[in-house]
Amino acid sequence: MSMSPATPRPVRRQISVLASLQTYPVAIRTASVLVTFVGWEWYGRHVDPIFLSYPTAILRAIPDMLARGELQDALSTSVWELVVGLALAIAFGVLTGLLMGRYRLLDYILDIQINALYSTPNVALIPLLILWFGLGFSAKIAIIFLAGFFPIIINTYAGVRNVGRGLVDVARVENAGETQIFTKIVIPASLPFIMTGIRLAMGRAIVGMVVAEMFTATDGLGGAVITYGNAFATDKLFVVIILLALLGISLTEFVKILERRLAPWKETERAE
Amino acid sequence: MLDIQSLGKSYGDVKGGVEGQRLTVLDNISFSVPKNQFVCLLGASGCGKTTLLRIVAGLVDPDDGELLLEGKPIRGPGQDRSMVFQNYGLLPWRTVMANVEFGLELRGVSKAERRKICQDYINRVGLKGFEEHYPHQISGGMQQRVALARAFSKEPKILLMDEPFAAVDMQTREQLQDELLAIWNTMQITVLFVTHGVDEAIYLGDRVIVMGSRPGRINADIMTDLPRPRSNSDIKSSKRFDDLRHEIRDALHHGGATGGRS
Repeated sequence: MSMSPATPRPVRRQISVLASLQTYPVAIRTASVLVTFVGWEWYGRHVDPIFLSYPTAILRAIPDMLARGELQDALSTSVWELVVGLALAIAFGVLTGLLMGRYRLLDYILDIQINALYSTPNVALIPLLILWFGLGFSAKIAIIFLAGFFPIIINTYAGVRNVGRGLVDVARVENAGETQIFTKIVIPASLPFIMTGIRLAMGRAIVGMVVAEMFTATDGLGGAVITYGNAFATDKLFVVIILLALLGISLTEFVKILERRLAPWKETERAE
Repeated sequence: MLDIQSLGKSYGDVKGGVEGQRLTVLDNISFSVPKNQFVCLLGASGCGKTTLLRIVAGLVDPDDGELLLEGKPIRGPGQDRSMVFQNYGLLPWRTVMANVEFGLELRGVSKAERRKICQDYINRVGLKGFEEHYPHQISGGMQQRVALARAFSKEPKILLMDEPFAAVDMQTREQLQDELLAIWNTMQITVLFVTHGVDEAIYLGDRVIVMGSRPGRINADIMTDLPRPRSNSDIKSSKRFDDLRHEIRDALHHGGATGGRS
């Protein structure tokens, strides 16, 4: 019930102004963000630049970082680690989850260990992984892999378990073999869950990536955080932090789009 | 034809449990269905009619008795039987066309051929133009038509239907009943149709088998002797329909009143 401000009802006028504001969500969000930036800019200029930078200073730091190639190097190193680690996590996670979901025996053999490792904070395992894998690329991949592997297994497993008996029966009455049931029913039916697992894994993998780059040989975006932090280059530090945020947002959005594309029926079910 | 001989099925833990805790779902069921007959299995929920259908489909193994389809024993599912499920049984990630094609695809029929066959049945159930829609984009009645087209496209000897029209509104149900009969008329195919609707059973069936509960058994086996083709409005007001209705209600209740617990 939106009432235009021109409605000649003075008694309800006050409520209607607030109510009509709600009909412009884009304008209100934009204004809110602007206010945040202006406030940040104003406050940042009054504080020692070692403790806090401000938007215009951060923007000014970018050309310099680009010219030296620092930003590109850090970003490409990080993205490459992320891609390799996540790809391995997806491949092994989906496979393990599918098999555990479908075969009781494997479920009984593995579920305690997997749930235990899922509940263990990844960071606690880093010293161990460094002992095993050293400080180079493989250690970082191992850390990212561990971060992403378990949420994918657990969601894939849940997806397989959620495949209705009715759907499997549809294939069984057609005299489908186990392989056909797996490829034509179980995998497509669990796809929405798999995608959710990948989305959750992505968030954890980015955290794993940053932590790995801090604790092992410092490079990539996590390394840049440490380097700039130690050098009190707070403006550059903020550039990296913002870049990390953008990386996380864009990867998550990408998977969300993929989810909608691959499982449009789930979207409708959610909406209803 | 289909021959069912002293079929028995019970559920429960045989090894660890007490023998008395086993639930007898079907007890000594015998009947045979001649070719092209439309048989309705009617009963209250829990009378084992769905289990009986699933046994014929090959989804469930019986404990006792024998099933013969054209003289050959039924062992597991087969291409000679199609099943239509109550909740439609459509695969949500497949389009209407791909859903109809599913059975033929699993059987290994070539894409061009199965497309041709399936297009024909899609047209016959009135879904022309909806081939590329997904199940969530069409109504319940249309979804059940997709399931019908899929079941028919295999050109089975027996069509097994498990309360297929229970989830749609009455108007759609009567429409679907008429469409089913129209296609069945042209197909020469045996139908086992499970329902809990007395009117639906009489209207569709050549024969109504009334089942009683605990354990599931046959209370009555009634030939409807109603002329075909049938139409919902004419038949339901006829004297014969009314008589059948009373007879079948009696059979249902009689089973309930004297229903011996074994």
